[in-house]
Amino acid sequence: MNIIPKQQNEPGRRSDERPRQVQYLTPLVDIESKEEGYVIRAEMPGVAKEGLEIMVDNGELVIVGHRRNFKYPGELAYREIKQHDFRRVYELDPAIDTSKITAQIDQGLLTLTLPKAEKVKPRKISVE
Amino acid sequence: MNIIRYRYPQSDFSFAFDSLASMHEELDRVFESTFGSGFRPLGTLTRWTPALDVYQDKDQFTVVAEVPGMKKEEIDISLHGDTLTISGERKSHEKQGDQAFRAERFFGRFQRSLPLPSAVDTEKVKATYKDGILEVVLPKAEEAKPKQIEVSLS
Repeated sequence: MNIIPKQQNEPGRRSDERPRQVQYLTPLVDIESKEEGYVIRAEMPGVAKEGLEIMVDNGELVIVGHRRNFKYPGELAYREIKQHDFRRVYELDPAIDTSKITAQIDQGLLTLTLPKAEKVKPRKISVE
Repeated sequence: MNIIRYRYPQSDFSFAFDSLASMHEELDRVFESTFGSGFRPLGTLTRWTPALDVYQDKDQFTVVAEVPGMKKEEIDISLHGDTLTISGERKSHEKQGDQAFRAERFFGRFQRSLPLPSAVDTEKVKATYKDGILEVVLPKAEEAKPKQIEVSLS
């Protein structure tokens, strides 16, 4: 029997392909909860619109940010910045209307707006 | 035979940053032993300390800082002698009545100062802010660039 360790599978890959070992950074996130819904703000410096992958699957929100590749002249003299891409997963409140989730990214800050579903108006049912 | 002359004896950038790097290492070690790895150094727990990288080649220094979610007008860059200071203030989005479900991001003032090991041409310093990354390019002053001196046979 093969024991296969659980690894992060990249979206779009077939499951029988060997998944690449990828290390991700967890972005710092602020979540605001309002009556109309939630606002998620995730910090992903170095990530532009093209590098963003946002998926909703089965009540789970997956945010992935790929950094654009930097090449600076000369040698690295001092490093603090971690070069990894970002990833964070959230379980969504079932009250959220997933079809109405919007996202925008500005200066490395991703803002996701997750509105709650509008309350269904009371419906009168006619009796046959 | 070529002789290369530098302005300062410590042309090696790592010397200037050894103190910063060793401070980080020391703090990491202290915190690893008490709290386990992955814990941030004390100053960064309560204060915003943007991460930065420094690159250098013979013509310039490039300082890269991660400061996402700001407007370029909110970032200040100043040069005093050979010390570069990057600072700014980020205001919070919170208004009255909003509930913060989770708050991890830092707000308020930040400041990072960097002593540079050689002189820079202050007039030619350029900075760009893109995707939350601030890039400051500091061309070295002419006297600070490595020069080749030809030895002639007399």
